[in-house]
Amino acid sequence: MPDFLQFCVSGLTVGAVYALVALGFTIIYNASDVVNFAQGEFVMIGGMTTVFITAAGVPLHFAIPAAILAAMVIGLLLHRLAIEPARGASAVTLIIITIGASIFLRGGAQIVFDKQFHSLPAFSGDTPVMIGGAAVLPQSFWVLGGAAVIVALLWFFFNRTLLGKAVLATAANRLAARLVGINTSFVVGFSFVLSAAIGAIAGILVAPITLTSYDIGALLALKGFAAAMLGGMGNPLGAIVGGLAVGLLEALGAGYISSTYKDAIAFIVILAVLFVLPGGFFGRASTERV
Amino acid sequence: MTTLMKRMGLAALVAGAAAMASPASAADTIKIGSSLAITGPASFLGDPEAKTLELYVKKINEAGGVNGKQLELVVYDDGANANKARTFATRLVEDDGIVAMIGGSSTGATMAMIPVFEDAGIPFISLAGAVVIVDPVKPFVFKTPHTDKMACEKIFEDMKAKGIAKVGMISGTGGFGKSMHGQCLGVAGNYGIEIVADETYGPKDSDMTPQLTNIKSAPGLQAVVNPGFGQGPAIVTRNFKQLGFDVPLYQSHGVASKSFIELAGDAAEGVRLPASALLVAEKLPDSDPQKAVVTGYKAAYEEATGQPVSTFGGHAYDGLMMLVEAMQRAGSEDPQAIRDELEKTSGFMGTAGVVNMSPSDHLGLDLTAFRMLEIRDGDWVLAD
Repeated sequence: MPDFLQFCVSGLTVGAVYALVALGFTIIYNASDVVNFAQGEFVMIGGMTTVFITAAGVPLHFAIPAAILAAMVIGLLLHRLAIEPARGASAVTLIIITIGASIFLRGGAQIVFDKQFHSLPAFSGDTPVMIGGAAVLPQSFWVLGGAAVIVALLWFFFNRTLLGKAVLATAANRLAARLVGINTSFVVGFSFVLSAAIGAIAGILVAPITLTSYDIGALLALKGFAAAMLGGMGNPLGAIVGGLAVGLLEALGAGYISSTYKDAIAFIVILAVLFVLPGGFFGRASTERV
Repeated sequence: MTTLMKRMGLAALVAGAAAMASPASAADTIKIGSSLAITGPASFLGDPEAKTLELYVKKINEAGGVNGKQLELVVYDDGANANKARTFATRLVEDDGIVAMIGGSSTGATMAMIPVFEDAGIPFISLAGAVVIVDPVKPFVFKTPHTDKMACEKIFEDMKAKGIAKVGMISGTGGFGKSMHGQCLGVAGNYGIEIVADETYGPKDSDMTPQLTNIKSAPGLQAVVNPGFGQGPAIVTRNFKQLGFDVPLYQSHGVASKSFIELAGDAAEGVRLPASALLVAEKLPDSDPQKAVVTGYKAAYEEATGQPVSTFGGHAYDGLMMLVEAMQRAGSEDPQAIRDELEKTSGFMGTAGVVNMSPSDHLGLDLTAFRMLEIRDGDWVLAD
């Protein structure tokens, strides 16, 4: 039983990061039909910028907002310089543009930062808390709690604010949204900034546990994308459930079956689920948006 | 070392006289080739190796060269790409006309170059790790770095001395971890070690608590070994502490750099690993015969480059010095004569340890080449 709990804690912590990446995918996908493969790079930028700002002697509580701001600026630039100029192009073209942008950001990070792995000090110490025989790092609570707070804030934003409803309206029908006076270009740009901020927060929260380097983004984007597909692309709740599920599958697969096939087990289960439920757990199977 | 200095001093006098008599011409130089991974994924190997070769060739030339002739170093950057290395090897033999070769930072590049030098009959000192380079022995191929098999043996020897018999392994699936994992399984029986848990992790894995949880519940566990390299062992070390193991953790020589201690933080405390004496140069007792060599190289390298010394540059130093001594003993620059003398190298004190070559051993290091280190207060100390 302690083993099972340990696997679950491990899976949920990593899964929460996948969930936040998947959430970033979802927000941009809803607003613009684009799957933004540079989403993993936002996670990297959040972690690496915080590492380098704190290394320059700035306290952590100033470095974190600065890093989130940096990611938001890069998210805005990504939209203004790469996505907006090609707005007439098909979704596939835009997706390929985001892949190019992610390679560019990774290359830039090698020059601006470096190629080494880095760590951040844990926010509240390294002494593990014992829960039912499982050792849980305090930082895991930060990751899970941070993810929960972000989800709650997003729910409030989308359901209780005018701007949030404008994003939802754009997602539902862009032409209709424009007809009622919503600046859809602004909304799409805003969705990039919002996704960048969420990615950066995930990157900062998890850096003390998993370490960070210029090239962590590619794998996170892949896992986050798988999580979003599993949950149902475009559904925020699906993104959360999908992310946690991928994290749990990996940890339980490594724990009970074989650590050699850790990544494979997660992807096999995802494929199996998609065979049965092509739209994912919460996807809309009938109203396919292409 | 002192005899080498004397010889170099004598050579300097002779060369000085010769230089005054006539300006050095191309025929008076000895061409040594090298192909290293100066850039690319293995640049942490090739970069210090290239800097070391350049630094010491300059020093040797300033002291008068070898056998009255100046050394000329021809270096290519293969970026750890075996195809490129093979092309450069052919170019070095056919166009540059080298008499000896140092390099091949990676095992892949080395294996691709071996046929070229074997065919041309030019001695080739590799700086790569794997044991396959010199096992089976090839007439013209030598190597300077210790092997992963020796690291396993050193770890198991230390365990045996402590009465540890049941060991859990958690290995990276990258080239280094995989190779060392295989070697460790192969030699464990020789030390009465039983592997009670055997787990792996991918090169990009960011959480190893599931694997370590399984290892922890293995019956009778007395120690854990982690063959691996890069950030993986740092995460393993952190997770190891998180899960509150009460057995020792052994890392490999793959983590023998300061960045490991930085990444693993407090969790690195008490971790044991086999590594080159170079890491603890200043801490060696004065009576240690290796101290003069490692402190000398460390000081020279750090002064010239402004970067901390690494064991990889030390391998290049060992290769170059062994080659120079062989040429001095041979008294000529004939590749065959150099090869014969290289094989007779005995009692050579390098940064990796004492080298005693023989026709059946083209590595020549024994287990004394590794020191068992322990991390205490964020620094390496000699464990015994």
